[in-house]
Amino acid sequence: MHQQKVVEMQQIAMKYQSESGEIEAVREVSFSVYEGEFVSIVGPSGCGKSTLLSIIAGLTKPSSGQVTLLGEPVVRGARSVGYMLQKDHLFEWRTIEQNTLLGLEVRRDLTPETRAYAQELLKTYDLWAFKDSYPRELSGGMRQRAALIRTLATRPSILLLDEAFSALDYQTRLSVTEDIHDIIKQVGATAILVTHDISESIALSDRVLVLSARPAELRAVHHIDMAGLSSRQRRDHPEFRSYFNLVRKELGLNGKS
Amino acid sequence: MENPRQPEAVSPERAAYLKRIRWERIQVKGLQGSLLIALFLLWELAARQRWIDPFIMSSPLRIAATISRMFRTGNLLYHIGITCMETVAGFLLGTVIGTAVAVLLWWSPRTSRVLEPYLVVLNSLPKIALGPIFIVWIGPGVGSIITMGLAISLIVTILEVHHGLSLTDADKIKLVETFGATRAQVLQKVVLPANLPTIVNALKVNVGLSWVGVIVGEYLVSKAGLGYLTVYGGQVFQMDLVMASVMILGFLAAAMYLGVVWLERRLVPPTQQPF
Repeated sequence: MHQQKVVEMQQIAMKYQSESGEIEAVREVSFSVYEGEFVSIVGPSGCGKSTLLSIIAGLTKPSSGQVTLLGEPVVRGARSVGYMLQKDHLFEWRTIEQNTLLGLEVRRDLTPETRAYAQELLKTYDLWAFKDSYPRELSGGMRQRAALIRTLATRPSILLLDEAFSALDYQTRLSVTEDIHDIIKQVGATAILVTHDISESIALSDRVLVLSARPAELRAVHHIDMAGLSSRQRRDHPEFRSYFNLVRKELGLNGKS
Repeated sequence: MENPRQPEAVSPERAAYLKRIRWERIQVKGLQGSLLIALFLLWELAARQRWIDPFIMSSPLRIAATISRMFRTGNLLYHIGITCMETVAGFLLGTVIGTAVAVLLWWSPRTSRVLEPYLVVLNSLPKIALGPIFIVWIGPGVGSIITMGLAISLIVTILEVHHGLSLTDADKIKLVETFGATRAQVLQKVVLPANLPTIVNALKVNVGLSWVGVIVGEYLVSKAGLGYLTVYGGQVFQMDLVMASVMILGFLAAAMYLGVVWLERRLVPPTQQPF
């Protein structure tokens, strides 16, 4: 199988410096992500998972190691990257449509065609009726979808989801993850999700990378063999429990997830 | 239309509540007006009955007479115009320059760190002490007075707006940086729009400060303006003139403040307005 490597991380290490001391966030992590793949990175809170995403996006420079995106060294704000943060961060002074155009504006890429594409996405994901509303008039789930459209409008070839759903309440979160999983599969994007929620990682991804506590090292990699199933079907799948228990043990967690 | 009450079903409790609020509001307005009238009546009465000396304390009718006399001779509007012009100029300059410097400090954190002690000293310095310096440098006249108004509002604006800019949500900035935003774009797309309320709030503070600066400036030098009238009236012991000027000042300052509040409604989108 000849799949293109979208992301390649080679021996990435990260030490944060501050006046009060040095924090070793990532010790040595290497992995690759292939085109069309959905990869989750799970690890205990504060283990440096988000740092890895920042490094892939070129927002943080690693202390050592190499990152390549589609074969090229990473640069800040690379066009191929779409980043989703923990909260939707829709700007309250912009309408939903203006919010979804933000990325295109910043990239100086707002043309009639790209605008039409963003509007297309708004229609496809049922937000067209709210295009002139302000974010605070929308529910949490709708806001997350608007944030996803803002990211997708720039046509990234890789999506980085940084605990992207964790600010939502549990019910909304289940339905939003389902929606977003479907959307990502539909557009065929490559995605990396950082999460501390084991069941979320198994329900969504093709591969789960398990990190140790800080300083982060790669502890295990699991191929989740449930391709073609929706996240809801996966949660009901008999294999789900065994994957879950496996990952939980590796994280050294007993009891709750 | 069998049930005409159906479309806007206001429950009786709600109707009673709304009525109570409206009544409360009317009462407060009524009491506010009555208090003012009562004070003026008492003042007038005290002057008539010689409980107080009208030559020193003046009286509402004497003030009214002074105002109408000055209005007829055309003097009053001239003085009002001068003072308003000076205040608006000081206020606009303070806001524009202050915001610009604040943006500069945000742009270059090192500059901001270097200048911090200077700003702190300038902020605590009583700006009125600079009056004589301005007069010598700029010359006695409108220029010095406007500079005085500017001096009083400028540093506060810089500190206030810079504080707001530097508190902009880091994640919002990170968001536009993931799209490859330059520093100028971060400013234009996030930091400035997010801080529009802060900037408008600085305007509100500046209105009051500019009045202080301009009146003090007029005390020190000037041949016209309401501050000049106040000082002149005091020197020639015409308390009617002093009181009349102060009354007009109060009225103008309030009007200008309301103007800024109106501007806030226009400028700041409802989604960013404080409740």
